[in-house]
Amino acid sequence: MIGLAHQVISGIANGSIYASVALALVMIYQSTHHLNFAQGEMATLSTYICLTLINAGFPYWGAFAAAVAVSFVMGLLTERILMRPMLNAPPLSAVGVFIGLLLLINAFDGWVWDYVIKPFPSPFGGSNAVLGGFISPHELGETAVTLVMLVAIYLFFRHTTLGLAMRAAAYNPVSSRLCGVRVNRMLGLGWGLAAAIGGIAGIMVAPIVFLDPNMMGGILLYAFAGALLGGIDNALGAVIGGFTVGVVENLFGAYVVGTELKLTVALIIIVAVLLVKPAGLLGRTVQSRV
Amino acid sequence: MRGDDTFFAGTDDGRVTPRQVAGIAAGMVVMVGLAFVASPYHLFQLTMLVAYACAVLGLTILTGINGQISLGHGAFFAIGSYTSAILMANYDWPYWTTIPPAAVASALIGFLIGFPALRLGGLYLALTTFSLAVAVPQILKVNALEGLTGGVQGLTTDKPDTPFGLPLSSDQWIYLFTLAVGAVVFLLGWNLARSRTGRAMMAVRDHPVAAEAMGINLAVLKTRTFAVSAMFTGVAGALSTIAVQFVAPDSFNFLLSITIFVGLVVGGVDSIIGALFGGAFIELVPNIANDISKAAPGAIYGLILIGFMFLMPRGVAGALTSFGRWIAGWRHPLATPAAVTVGPAPDSAAARSAQRQ
Repeated sequence: MIGLAHQVISGIANGSIYASVALALVMIYQSTHHLNFAQGEMATLSTYICLTLINAGFPYWGAFAAAVAVSFVMGLLTERILMRPMLNAPPLSAVGVFIGLLLLINAFDGWVWDYVIKPFPSPFGGSNAVLGGFISPHELGETAVTLVMLVAIYLFFRHTTLGLAMRAAAYNPVSSRLCGVRVNRMLGLGWGLAAAIGGIAGIMVAPIVFLDPNMMGGILLYAFAGALLGGIDNALGAVIGGFTVGVVENLFGAYVVGTELKLTVALIIIVAVLLVKPAGLLGRTVQSRV
Repeated sequence: MRGDDTFFAGTDDGRVTPRQVAGIAAGMVVMVGLAFVASPYHLFQLTMLVAYACAVLGLTILTGINGQISLGHGAFFAIGSYTSAILMANYDWPYWTTIPPAAVASALIGFLIGFPALRLGGLYLALTTFSLAVAVPQILKVNALEGLTGGVQGLTTDKPDTPFGLPLSSDQWIYLFTLAVGAVVFLLGWNLARSRTGRAMMAVRDHPVAAEAMGINLAVLKTRTFAVSAMFTGVAGALSTIAVQFVAPDSFNFLLSITIFVGLVVGGVDSIIGALFGGAFIELVPNIANDISKAAPGAIYGLILIGFMFLMPRGVAGALTSFGRWIAGWRHPLATPAAVTVGPAPDSAAARSAQRQ
């Protein structure tokens, strides 16, 4: 029983990372109907930048803030340079560009920072378990940071004019433009935010999984599963889906398939969702007018 | 005159032109002739080139002809490879008998994986196949299957001997065997693309709603196309096992799927002959890039993907076709380009079937 509780709690800690990346994916999917296959690699790059700043002598939270800001600008530039010309291109072109970006960033990381696995510092102290031995201080801190971030994003989209404009631009670009919303700028902002969210997730998960150029590969897969489970076009769904996938993955890993097949769990979740409820838990069933 | 069109573009009604027949015959003569002049190492490269070309052709049928995006064709390559290797190493099947089972196994698994995603439109297939590609090495390493797959160690098979006492080295024989199977695969793919089913696939790619209104069952056609596509790539996997005589889980990682995808984009998404250029790219470029640095293949693939998407979205074959049209335009400055004719020509297949009804 204690083992089960331990697995669930550590699943929630992992789930907070999947939820963040899933949210970043859904934000871009809502506004462009593209899946950002490079989301994970963008987060890895942010994490490397953070590590470089820490090694250069910056205090942890200073490096954290700077890396997140750089991620935001990178997201903005990606949208402006690579994605805007692809706005009306067929899906294949966009997928090609995303995969190209994934490979480029991965090669860049490996070229600049080498392929060796690096430890990453945690701001939340050592490995002594807290809360009756259920959770490490880092897992607790990581979950807290991502939860604060998720609440802040919710408040931003719900209660600010800019958030409203961004939602409008994603929901109906043509009408929004007629109302005076600068749709292109909102798209760029969405990309910047998504990159920043991914960056935070990468920096938070790096102390657990250690940093190498392929760090986010598996995490991106779970985030896809989470986004699909929650409904690929629903932000709240993505967050719930991410946490669910975290718990399910841990329970499956502990009691059913063992660690050797953990990635396959993501595949099984994806196929199961597509078979049983393709719209996801909270997503709309898409009906198209002919 | 339609024959003025370039070789790659073909005719609108799917008939074969004398120029195409001559081109294919010349190409085959060159490919067979290479067996007698190339060194054993180059023969191996040529063998793998043909195998990869078949793998890319599978993706051409799916993505180019039917408009579905797969990022996980390395998985079907792996299924073909392992089926062939398991039958040879564990059950002592002769190498040439393992190709049909490899084809069936990959088609079946393609059908099972594709079915849930293909009922829905959009990027669901890309998403599912992406996760399949990432999960494959783990599945191949599973302890429970170690007796069958050899686990992390993989499987080694015997090198095929030259049969019937032919005066050929076994490298030459493997190359010619692969070439023969590859020719059959390409003929099947080409015929499929020019058939009634091929036109239905293109209709689904270009306008799913209109295609459905004309009586095409989208889910059925897309799932079957995916199975055929997986089958071609699975045959390619079996051919590679016969050539390499070794399989191990880490050869079938995510990068293999991406490599096949890059081959598709480089060769030309919707061109059957483009798959050959794609196969050549896959075999030759990583060999060169690996000598530069560990990061070089990824960087080159990434740059090429983005560059082709922006500058040459129809790949090498598309560029050659445009170049051929440009040349033809200079040779007949006053002629109407064949590609611009509107509606079926009086004697075309479409007009004939219309009369029959």
